[in-house]
Amino acid sequence: MRLEYFQMITRVVEFDAEKKTLVAAADVPAESPVFEGHFPGYPLLPGVLMIEAMAQTSGWLILGLNRLTAMPFLVGTNTTKMRDFVKPSTPLMVHAELIGDGSGYAVTKAFITREGKRVAEAEIKFAVKTFPDPKFAAMIREWGERLQFPFEKLDAA
Amino acid sequence: MSSTFETVSKIISETCDIPLEKITPESHAIDDLGIDSLDFLDIAFAIDKAFGIKLPLEKWTQEVNEGKAKTEDYFVLGALCGKIDELVAAKGA
Repeated sequence: MRLEYFQMITRVVEFDAEKKTLVAAADVPAESPVFEGHFPGYPLLPGVLMIEAMAQTSGWLILGLNRLTAMPFLVGTNTTKMRDFVKPSTPLMVHAELIGDGSGYAVTKAFITREGKRVAEAEIKFAVKTFPDPKFAAMIREWGERLQFPFEKLDAA
Repeated sequence: MSSTFETVSKIISETCDIPLEKITPESHAIDDLGIDSLDFLDIAFAIDKAFGIKLPLEKWTQEVNEGKAKTEDYFVLGALCGKIDELVAAKGA
């Protein structure tokens, strides 16, 4: 996680094109300017960043299922719940499953666990748009490489 | 069994909080009911689920943008229900 860059995922752990699921690790850093303000003396991962972590995990799932040709953009969430506080230096696992796949949109169910216990969940909606140009596609591929996205599994998508 | 229009109007009413009596087969989803593209994604998701189809929204939007179709061909509810019936029939064929 690089909170100040809005990069919430540390690495992709598992991508299953058949089940339409993806699991990502998201390691909350020990220190970040975010924690200096949220809250002074009582640092907690903001709930909106938990939503962002679920959205980005869902995003990589949708990218994979579209064989890295279309970009999902967050447009809404339903039934979002933050069930517990998350402190700095906490390893999290983020799970996403595709539950709706339409023409130009996608819907996922996602949740975050800490040591197996659920700390947040949401249903998330995306508009899905074709990549604007090859440069953008290359940027996404590079980003995926940093996250250890299993590109070899794209053939099954 | 509900008609296509009854199902679609109920979806629109619940998704966009529009009174059911304001929704008619002649209503234009955008011009008359004020449904925006984000709400329409929710409606499309609910219609896809209810009828077991996939509304080709991207194709329709492209046709409208290219001047090959008018918005009323797809977004007046009577016409939309006709398209849904065609997609349901094609699925069963």
